[in-house]
Amino acid sequence: MRNVMAIAGRELRSYFASPIAYVVIGFFALVFGQMYVGVMTWFVQQGTQMGMGMGPQSLNVNQQMIRPLLLNMTVVFLFLLPLITMRTYSEEKRSGTMELLLTSPITDLEIILGKFLGALALYSVMLAVTVIHFGLLFWFGRPEWKPLATAYLGLLLFGASFISIGLFISSLTRNQIVAGAATFAVFLLLWIIDWIGSAFGPTAESVFKYLSMTGHLDDFIKGVIDTKHLVYYVSFIIFGLFLTARSVDTERWRG
Amino acid sequence: MIEVQHLTKRYGTFTAVDDVSFKVERGEILGFLGPNGAGKTTTMRVLTGYIPATAGRAIVAGHDVFDKPLDAKRRTGYLPETPPLYPDMTVLEYLTFVAKIKGVAPKERKTRIDQVMRKTYVGDMANRACGKLSKGYRQRVGLAQALIHNPDVLILDEPTAGLDPKQIIETRRLVKELAGDHTIVLSTHILPEVAQTCQRVVIINKGKVVAVDTPANLTARLRGSETLLLQVDGDPVQVTAALQRVPGVVRVQAADAHDHLASYEIDSERGRDLRRDLARAVVGSGFGLLELRPMRMSLEEVFLSLTTEESPVEEAHA
Repeated sequence: MRNVMAIAGRELRSYFASPIAYVVIGFFALVFGQMYVGVMTWFVQQGTQMGMGMGPQSLNVNQQMIRPLLLNMTVVFLFLLPLITMRTYSEEKRSGTMELLLTSPITDLEIILGKFLGALALYSVMLAVTVIHFGLLFWFGRPEWKPLATAYLGLLLFGASFISIGLFISSLTRNQIVAGAATFAVFLLLWIIDWIGSAFGPTAESVFKYLSMTGHLDDFIKGVIDTKHLVYYVSFIIFGLFLTARSVDTERWRG
Repeated sequence: MIEVQHLTKRYGTFTAVDDVSFKVERGEILGFLGPNGAGKTTTMRVLTGYIPATAGRAIVAGHDVFDKPLDAKRRTGYLPETPPLYPDMTVLEYLTFVAKIKGVAPKERKTRIDQVMRKTYVGDMANRACGKLSKGYRQRVGLAQALIHNPDVLILDEPTAGLDPKQIIETRRLVKELAGDHTIVLSTHILPEVAQTCQRVVIINKGKVVAVDTPANLTARLRGSETLLLQVDGDPVQVTAALQRVPGVVRVQAADAHDHLASYEIDSERGRDLRRDLARAVVGSGFGLLELRPMRMSLEEVFLSLTTEESPVEEAHA
């Protein structure tokens, strides 16, 4: 565990020593801020119209404001997470520091977990930024906090799943750009995998729907912790880390 | 301290290391000599547990690197060909990180870091980012990294590659200082380096060990008949005649004759030291003896003859 923390600490440090962390967090704050203003403007308009006896019958901050915001947030992560994971292994392989890690008295698993936790920590910082936005809603209104808490749990699992796949892809190449592009493509595929489901009959449709990344997030955002979704994300993370371990080991044999 | 038995490493059909065996005793400096692509780096990577071998065994500090990789790694320090530095970390941060993953106890970390920084003379760069260091300093920080956990075994892959002459001399001195406390294996393709730093040499070519011996023995072993070099002031024809009269002389060859000054290469019978007789003959005949020294085959020549003898035809293709 001490080794894991050493690796994770170094990862996190290097995100903040390079411009990566600032660029990623900065742009995330900017884009999310714009979404926030957009959704809030729309919400206020709806509210005004309701006051004039038009528009929707009822308005709920959780349903009409927080939920669309959280779903939009995942789109931003689709673009930003590959930037976080693409360098994890590629950079070490390119600069030769992989040789240091693999000849140190630490296991492959400790390295993988360290890198995973490092990336997850940076992702958590990004999530933490949104606490400000939602905090303002609590300041001025009275939304429910429980669905928001489960939503954060869901987002954490969702990000962790993507990070585990990103780690695996980064471990396949020494070229960061290739890793980043491939990671983005795979993320996008997992995102829209349920679109093609209906073309292959009802069985395939349910399979593809199950595999879709975002489908499992919705219940968390609604405030429901369903073991089905927990199992999905956790097994996804384990699978991603397992693939990374295999990849690192295979690389060793091939030299 | 290190024992390598029938080590073989294949990449697909290419055999990088072929049935290599050797031993290194405690406190010894072993030189690993061979042309580029001979399998030096591959062998070292197997020893450090970076890559597994296809066949054979390697035991480092009493631990099999395949069965007990963590125990072996704990007692091995490794400097790869390019020092494995993180450019965005300062030297101090970097060494702290390495100390952590090499298992240096938190209490000892600071003293260990101070010690290796002093040993490798990088103290004045402690707060400089590794990416901004000169090549010489990078190499030394790399060495500091390898020493941080006070390993029994040090494996250095071309520690002087790319350094300027002054840095090369400093690095060699450093390596010599480290011997005794540590058992060192270092690879190089520069021959004088081996002669100057190592007690024993393994010459490797195309993945195979061609010779294991001390640098002195290697040169001696390959010397056929003893050759002496003389420089004499006197008429070359007369001098040659006088030299040939000395019993035990097999062949006299004059070279570089300028008027009365000429060099002579003299082959003597094996095992006979003719230096006294030759000197007496020259001086006794009234010539001036300017120089008299034995000619040894240099390590370069030993190396070339060992590595090219194998298969001259293939060499021509390569």
